[in-house]
Amino acid sequence: MPRTKENAYEEFVKGLWRDNPVFVQVLGMCPMLAVTNSAINAIAMGLATFFVLVGSSLLVSSLRRWIPKQIRISCYIIIIATFVTVTDFTLQALVPKVHKELGAFIPLIVANCMILGRQEAFAAKHSVRLAVIDALGMASGFMFALFTLGAVREILGEGALFGVSLFGADFEPWIIMILPPGGFLTLGLLLLFFSWVKERKQQMIARLAEAEGEAQ
Amino acid sequence: MKQKDPRLLVQPAPLLKQRMTAAQAMRDASYALLPVTLAGFWFFGLSALLVLSASIVGAVLTEWFFSPADVRRERLWDGSGILTGLLLGLTLPTTIPLWMAFLGGAVSIGLGKLIWGGLGKNLFNPALVGRAFLSATFPNAMTTWAPLSQPGDFFHVHASNLALPFMHVEYDGISAATPLGLMKFDNESTPWTDLIMGNISGCIGETSGLLLVLGGVYLLLRRDIDWRIPVSILLSVAVFSGVLYATAPGNYPDPLFSVFAGGLLIGALYMATDPVTSPLTPRGAWIFGIGIGLLVVLIRVYGGFPEGVMYAILLMNAATPLIDRYTQPRVFGRGVKSR
Repeated sequence: MPRTKENAYEEFVKGLWRDNPVFVQVLGMCPMLAVTNSAINAIAMGLATFFVLVGSSLLVSSLRRWIPKQIRISCYIIIIATFVTVTDFTLQALVPKVHKELGAFIPLIVANCMILGRQEAFAAKHSVRLAVIDALGMASGFMFALFTLGAVREILGEGALFGVSLFGADFEPWIIMILPPGGFLTLGLLLLFFSWVKERKQQMIARLAEAEGEAQ
Repeated sequence: MKQKDPRLLVQPAPLLKQRMTAAQAMRDASYALLPVTLAGFWFFGLSALLVLSASIVGAVLTEWFFSPADVRRERLWDGSGILTGLLLGLTLPTTIPLWMAFLGGAVSIGLGKLIWGGLGKNLFNPALVGRAFLSATFPNAMTTWAPLSQPGDFFHVHASNLALPFMHVEYDGISAATPLGLMKFDNESTPWTDLIMGNISGCIGETSGLLLVLGGVYLLLRRDIDWRIPVSILLSVAVFSGVLYATAPGNYPDPLFSVFAGGLLIGALYMATDPVTSPLTPRGAWIFGIGIGLLVVLIRVYGGFPEGVMYAILLMNAATPLIDRYTQPRVFGRGVKSR
């Protein structure tokens, strides 16, 4: 694969939109639904996942020639678990409040199939540079999705964003939004919205192609 | 070239066609609910009218907005949106802000029906989906009951009805308890004459037992609903609560109270019988009804809520495809053990 600049750009952008890990691949649903009841929790979870994904992609990609094929999954998991442990202790030391809010979901980043999926599907087959760029894109896409969900749920569920009240004290909170059903509902509606956008785009492309065909 | 009328018409079955259409069934159900609706206006005044209108408008507007232009007319005219809005409105308290009733109507149609593919494809009863959403979202507003409106203040509108969208609710101050709430929290029974006549507090359309049964009988005579479903629900509630009542009459409601109090009649006659979300086979209908009856008694007696009809019906809706699958009648000539 030629190492052109466009290629690298393409690898970064695909994680943000076309192959967004949440809205398109529907991966990593457990943290997605569990910790997005407020924007700040969503961002914290996004940052933790960001660090783990970029770190493990870097390491897996640089070790890809030495990892035996037969036991590669366990090797990836050990690398991921190392970064998760680092994240866990760092958060505990720096922001104990957020750490307590996220609770068991920080150790559970190990089980985030989006992270393992990137190692298996991309990092193990590409150069360190491309693997890191891919991880940056995917992690940003994941964080974007977490933030969207967390912001929608916090705005409707508490009338606030990042704890700052938006509509004054008279706002009637939608209790369901900060409960688990609200997570499923919001995620479902967002998936619906994104597939609707995608369909519109494809229709437009098809129409353009048709018009071109007629012109010729 | 014009074709001549054939002397002998040969065509495949079905040769006898019914004139029954979805629109006709929806109209029948709306007529059946008319007395209950009018009684709601009588008991709760203008507020009831406003709440019902808001939920119907919410349902119909959503139907209109999310339907492609080519099927829009057909979907609006089959009346299912109006019926869903009406059923939802009848299960709301009169003090609820109008914007919540509107939102409930929109959720009923949007999440309860259109997202599944439209009329006939939904798994859950749309009106109950809207109600479940509202009671999980605004638990306070959904359980604040107004006392009956006194003669003379028919035109009194609750201040909470007019709350601005998304804004907090101010209540009038006086609130009343429903018969089931009184039973659950104060262990106090309500005379069954009141339950049948309907001069008790509660949702707009659940109070008058007599009129609900009257509408249900109309639907049964028109053969719009399967008689097995309401009969099995009401019988099983009476039997299960009767068993409990027999063991300790002081602690549990008597069977007659259990059948007539709360939303059991409107649920059993109008919501559980929705042909889309209830089993098709006669055996399945019995299983469905007994399941609802059992769940209603369990939730009312052992659960945290005073009323459980909504969740009971939704849970059995979810089991309907499974029930249908296991109660399929034997195909003629098949499945007989060879000797």
